[in-house]
Amino acid sequence: MAILVYTEHWDGQFKKSTFELVSYASKLAEAANTQTVALSIGEVEEDNLRQLADYGADKIISVNQQNLKYVDNQAYSSVIQQVADQEEADILVLAHNNTGKALAPRLSVRLQAALGSEVNQLPASLDPFMVNKKVFSGKAFANVKLKTDRKILTLAQNSFGIYENTQEPVIEKFEPTLSDDQLQTQVAEVEKHRDKLLLTDAELVVSGGRGMKTPENWDKLKALADELGAALACSRPVSDEGWRPHEEHTGQTGKIIAPDLYIAAGISGAIQHIAGVSAAKYIVAINTDQDAPIFDVADYGIVGDAMKVLPELTEAFRKARS
Amino acid sequence: MKILVCISNVPDTTTKVRFVDDNTRLDTNGIQWVINPWDELALTRALQLKEDKNNAVESVTVVHVGGKGSEPTIRKALAIGADDAIRVNAEPQDAWFVASQLAEVVQQNEFDIIFAGIESSDYNGAAVGGMLSELLGVPSISAVSSMDLENDQVKIIRDIDGGKEQMTSQLPLVVIAQKGIAIEPRIANMRGIMMARKKPLNVVEPVEKDTLVEFVDYELPQAKPPCKMIDPENVQELVDLLQNEAKVI
Repeated sequence: MAILVYTEHWDGQFKKSTFELVSYASKLAEAANTQTVALSIGEVEEDNLRQLADYGADKIISVNQQNLKYVDNQAYSSVIQQVADQEEADILVLAHNNTGKALAPRLSVRLQAALGSEVNQLPASLDPFMVNKKVFSGKAFANVKLKTDRKILTLAQNSFGIYENTQEPVIEKFEPTLSDDQLQTQVAEVEKHRDKLLLTDAELVVSGGRGMKTPENWDKLKALADELGAALACSRPVSDEGWRPHEEHTGQTGKIIAPDLYIAAGISGAIQHIAGVSAAKYIVAINTDQDAPIFDVADYGIVGDAMKVLPELTEAFRKARS
Repeated sequence: MKILVCISNVPDTTTKVRFVDDNTRLDTNGIQWVINPWDELALTRALQLKEDKNNAVESVTVVHVGGKGSEPTIRKALAIGADDAIRVNAEPQDAWFVASQLAEVVQQNEFDIIFAGIESSDYNGAAVGGMLSELLGVPSISAVSSMDLENDQVKIIRDIDGGKEQMTSQLPLVVIAQKGIAIEPRIANMRGIMMARKKPLNVVEPVEKDTLVEFVDYELPQAKPPCKMIDPENVQELVDLLQNEAKVI
């Protein structure tokens, strides 16, 4: 019996979201009175692997094969299944990011394990196994019973927190068995957004809507984001108009984010937009319309013209920080 | 080449949800039902691929698991251009149940490319597409934001955290679509709506399947305290509050 956590890395480096995931798995292992096994696929130096033990991994399994350089959903699910079987893992934990969303449902079928997706806290009980998850794109929550012996959970990003819990880990290599028919997708080219803070990782997010009036006015948002070290986001009309790339669209059909602070400028706050940002710990709204629905969900509000308020706010932050 | 698009029937995105029967069931009174937004974008892209004469796409079929009540949504998919539709006559229970029904449909018919939206806006499981591909034993590519055909080969862009990957794949393939796959969903015109009435909508009976999860009950998020308003002439106050009250910067 064990909890198996799949830990993603980026060019051999883990991110805070990985440590959050391992923290979650290890708290779950504590509640279930079992051990935490972390799995890493790809080339990661041992010193980096060892970091996983700082957040509670008792055992770290590393799979490093040339044909697993890129995520092939079939091959990766097969590897995770092989490790889950070897470790007799009865709960698997993955991140609710693009990779986790791709692998978890395949594993659910392979292991005949119920999938609790986008959970944001530890299970309310282990027997019956009850998890709480967001439904209707954040407009409600559901209590869901996972009915099978084995279970898979995907954890919503920025929902749990990072907890240090240093262990002396066992580090093992694992050689999976893979046949060619499990590698049917090929990556031809990779384009990385270097030096760009990832929206779903960001603790601070500055976002603009149609109230920003023109794409050129984004320099005012960008100045504020740079001052704060924040990521940029936008509302759906803005990405539909092509003012900003679709990766920045935050809302029900775009990115779902949970930063510490979300500053919304010129965003009226349609219900679909709120669904994507309601998990933010604090929301600041800047809008000319005092009746805009964004003020119903904001913690702090300014009724005013974003074009005038944003530069003043940037200046005020600069002074406060110096 | 034959394309299948899986569509889900969901409350319109502007719906305010309420629950009844001790919060165990969605109150469907007054709800407008629509094609799940990601499925609608995937369908739009499938239709564009078919219309491009450089591609040898024979047909675009939509499939849906649901009761008779969801037929208006299926007709909408036909109205925007799908050639025919299959409805599996069963209320969707959980992702595993739905994926199993879809797998049965795919095994009875042959498709080269199967589109599924990355998640549905009701239960947000992000599971059906991946489960379907595993049940079929075929490759899947998820978070697809662009998809083209070139000499019957797929050219796909998948979004990864912090970048994009250009991909190819053997067929058949399950393409799990997200935003970007089409810019805007297609809207039906009058001619399309008229034609949709005559297009085949085949109803098939479900296979017997269990569920892996049970939605026990629902709760609404707690109301937030009222917004604290700040004088636009005094943004310094906001900085103070964020530093000292919220402590987020």
